[in-house]
Amino acid sequence: MGETFSYYPGCTSHSTAIEYIEASKAVIEALGIELKELPDWCCCGAASAHNLSSSLALGLSAFNVGEAHKEGKDLVIPCAGCYGNLAQADYVMRYDEAERQRLEKQMGFKFDTEVKMLSLVDLLAREELRPAIKNLVKKPLKGLKVVCYYGCAIVRPAAITGVDNSENPLRIDTMMADLGAEVIDWSCKVDCCGGDLGLTDAEKTTELVNKIVDYAVAAEADCLVTSCALCEANVDIRQQRLPILYFTELMAEAFQIGDRQRWWKKHFNDPSGLF
Amino acid sequence: MAENLLQKVVAESGQPIDLCYQCRKCSVGCPMVEEFDFPPNMVMRMVQLGMKDELLKSKAIWMCISCETCGSRCPNEIRIAPVMDSLRAQCLEEGIAPADPVTVALHSAFIESIKTFGRVHEATMLMNYKWKSKNFTSDLDVGIKLFLKGKIPLMPKKSENMAKIKEIFQEAGK
Amino acid sequence: MKKKLGVFICWCGSNIASSVDVDKAVAEAEKLDGVVHAENYMYMCSDPGQQLVKDTIAEKGLEGVVVACCSPRMHENTFRKAAGSVGLNSYLLEIANIREQCSWVHQNNKPLATAKAVSIIEGTLDKVKENLPLETITIDITKRNCVVGGGIAGIMAALDLANAGYDVAIIEKEPAIGGHMSQIGQTFPYFHNVPELLQKKIDEVNAHPRIKVYLNSEVEVLDGYVGNFNVTIRTKPAFVDPDKCSACGKCLEVCPVSVADEFNRGLSQRGAIFRYNQTEGARIPVLEQRDCLHFVDVEEAEMDAGAGVRCRACVEACPENAIDLGAIRTLSEEFVGAIVMATGYDLYSPAKMPEYGAGKIPDVIDALAFERLLDPKGPTGGQVLRPSDGKVPKNVVFIQCVGSRDPERHKAYCSRACCMYTAKQARLYRQQVAEGTAYISYMDIRSDSRDFEEFVQAGMEEENLVYIRGRVAKVIQENGFLKVFTSDTLTSRQLEIEADLVVLAMAMEPKAGTRELAKKMNVTIDGDAFLSETHIKLYPVESSTKGVYLAGCGQSPKDITDTVSQALATAGKIQLMFSNETLIADPLIAEVKNDICSGCGICIDICPYGARLMNDFTRISDVNQAVCQGCGACIAACPNKACELINSTSRQFIRMIGDFAGKAEAV
Repeated sequence: MGETFSYYPGCTSHSTAIEYIEASKAVIEALGIELKELPDWCCCGAASAHNLSSSLALGLSAFNVGEAHKEGKDLVIPCAGCYGNLAQADYVMRYDEAERQRLEKQMGFKFDTEVKMLSLVDLLAREELRPAIKNLVKKPLKGLKVVCYYGCAIVRPAAITGVDNSENPLRIDTMMADLGAEVIDWSCKVDCCGGDLGLTDAEKTTELVNKIVDYAVAAEADCLVTSCALCEANVDIRQQRLPILYFTELMAEAFQIGDRQRWWKKHFNDPSGLF
Repeated sequence: MAENLLQKVVAESGQPIDLCYQCRKCSVGCPMVEEFDFPPNMVMRMVQLGMKDELLKSKAIWMCISCETCGSRCPNEIRIAPVMDSLRAQCLEEGIAPADPVTVALHSAFIESIKTFGRVHEATMLMNYKWKSKNFTSDLDVGIKLFLKGKIPLMPKKSENMAKIKEIFQEAGK
Repeated sequence: MKKKLGVFICWCGSNIASSVDVDKAVAEAEKLDGVVHAENYMYMCSDPGQQLVKDTIAEKGLEGVVVACCSPRMHENTFRKAAGSVGLNSYLLEIANIREQCSWVHQNNKPLATAKAVSIIEGTLDKVKENLPLETITIDITKRNCVVGGGIAGIMAALDLANAGYDVAIIEKEPAIGGHMSQIGQTFPYFHNVPELLQKKIDEVNAHPRIKVYLNSEVEVLDGYVGNFNVTIRTKPAFVDPDKCSACGKCLEVCPVSVADEFNRGLSQRGAIFRYNQTEGARIPVLEQRDCLHFVDVEEAEMDAGAGVRCRACVEACPENAIDLGAIRTLSEEFVGAIVMATGYDLYSPAKMPEYGAGKIPDVIDALAFERLLDPKGPTGGQVLRPSDGKVPKNVVFIQCVGSRDPERHKAYCSRACCMYTAKQARLYRQQVAEGTAYISYMDIRSDSRDFEEFVQAGMEEENLVYIRGRVAKVIQENGFLKVFTSDTLTSRQLEIEADLVVLAMAMEPKAGTRELAKKMNVTIDGDAFLSETHIKLYPVESSTKGVYLAGCGQSPKDITDTVSQALATAGKIQLMFSNETLIADPLIAEVKNDICSGCGICIDICPYGARLMNDFTRISDVNQAVCQGCGACIAACPNKACELINSTSRQFIRMIGDFAGKAEAV
């Protein structure tokens, strides 16, 4: 297709979400889309910055948004948490004139209303990509029962994320169905996995994760599908009942591309038996 | 009544807290509400009434994990997560001992990592967090597990533009 | 002579058929004396059901019919009309209520319910056997109206009726029309300017050739009946001749009396001669006899010590010689066909809430007083200033539900308008005093009409009204401040608010004197003395007396919107009545056996409608056919059994009871 986007890897791209990034890059390349990593970027602040200082959070995210505006292309952000933060900064600058001017001056860029922040779902679930995706499917995911787990950051708040439906999003569901998987409707699509709580309160996180997995098991799913590295980590580490996969990993599986065996080994609940 | 609290929180969070009419939809949907000493609707009310001391000392402000479920369901479109951010910042600014020091330790370690590298380096961040929280046993397994899966690199990657990052920290007073 | 009788049993879908065996009931009915036809049908009130009744009457030549179905309130009229259309006198058809009085209340015992249904049918058949064929009564209509009360309800009803071409007499107690609405500056939810709106309507009334306004007047006596009322009106003297008075105001300056001005809720003083309010219509002063020194009983000793003559200061000051202290009350009569009762409300007295300090603490005022503070023509020129020292209050606490929703101590009901007018008053206050804070103590916020909720929300957003859920315990005065003790029930915290002004949203109660007036008008009232409608859903503006209609807060507390809707509804109802040349009344009324009546007159006292009158020539108590409602009170009271209710005679009833009791024994 020959499209080019700017790309913000985020800190987890070389650590906890390494298989997500590799799978996503393989899928994007197969679709003929080019990603150009921002020449300079820093951490978005994750949850920690806004927990301690809203202005630090806004500053860190605005810096990265500014870098994208310098490049003049839509910015693709695979990590859901980073996406949430950058989209929030974009929203502030888009609608708060004074803040925009202050941040433009500080970061040395000009805000261009045409430049948008995109999650990986925003990028890949576009209607116009559907024929190309279906074309690339070599081995349909026939018989694979999946529940799609969207979590928080690419969904809420809807005014900022532009999600299709904040209580029942469908974009990953549609993609999985296009790959031939059996998509099961369930009740915990947008429930919280606990987020950073995974590092401070193991017990509560396990409780939240267990509830989600209980529902997925009750829905007779073979695996959970997500687009968030934090969701993946929390759900994968805290239970031994169900594999959890990134949606781009399943795309790569259907396309039969990439070093999938290496990615499966990165998961705590081994998904290799599913295929 | 300390009205300045309401004004300050409204200004910082940009949320129309005045409009809360206590339907409690926020508290009903909150995944963390059982851990809160005051449920989210009560926090809104306490902000309206300027009950600053109790709020800044509360566990509730640290237990919110910003999942934004409440905000996305609020009939008056009040996002509570930014309100909690504002209250947390005030707690630290006023030197009040946070009701949940472990959470503060994690976040402090995290932003120190950003301050040092511009990006997060999980290995040093986690060690710093454990040191700060004086809590060496719980959750250490998570770090080790991730490490064994090759998900925690030993060498940190630094941002190219540390000068700008220092400036951002300075601007934010951190 | 034996009548040929028919029985039609309705299933009412499953309402009746599920607990009454309708086939068995038909079989039993067929066996009953005189019955030549019995059958059942799923919905007898449906068109095919009615057709069935009509066809059978015609085919079998039925001379009496019982339809066993729902309450006669539902479909008696339907079936009587159907019977009439095929030549059976309507009054030979009766309803046996086997739904409300049988199937619905006996859902678990089909055999017994069926037996009871059959007894009800048998009893009703026995009644029909002795029913007489009757003709309806026609009554002439006087197409003129009387409206009691010149507030916004009375004004709106009168204007519609007058514009429809009917003469209207408005009877207003006060010296000017406009009612409580003239005390109000702006309305919710759009901040409409009331003086402008109201003055326009007052001007229309005053200019209308078909409307006559009786000011300072009350109903003295009501005689007559629907279509033909005779209203006697008592008018207090105003002592000032409006034709002579030039409204120069000299009399106002010389009057030595100073009393609290009621219109301004005591926020200003007036003389015994005064302008009632600031409207155009009240430019001519009036003199209040009970305040005037001229009329005060002066002790003889004082007479000796004093000037020896009673005060005539205003008379002497008047350049036009317009004041006549010798004026006396007058009586007038109006003959009308219909009456609108638009008697309005009073605020419950704050003095009854000593815990809030009203009457003792000058800065605790009621909501109407606050309205006077907001009125540009009011005592403070529209500035919100506290009464004690004229300062701008910085903290104002509005307390809702004062006296309302307090069943054991005060009024059980919700006064309906207070949530909204409090929000309006608080918003207007905040718009005027930018640095002020308005607290509103509330139990619930009831904002249940178009744009009401939005109005309250806008108050929170734009004027930062601080709503505190909880009932105020008490208000005290301390160091020049008011201290309001309350709690925020949402956080369960006790609160003490320092306030400069406290405004009480007092309960609304019926205007003083409503109870006595209702008695004169034969209109029933409820436990709180509000005028009662006939049916809250279907006859909401009809009083218990035919031809007397209800509008506004005299019927129940409501806001201006609802008041006007109700007023216009009464005008519509009356025009409907006037669209006929005569009225038709049911002939099911009392009848006197002239040879038995001894003329004792007990029935005259007992009749709630004034339908019994002693005939001065025959010394027999007559029944006024147009007024009698067939309630039966005189029949029960008559010591000689000289009265009977037509088609509900004692004989018929005793037989019905006998049928039923006999059957019950058998079961």
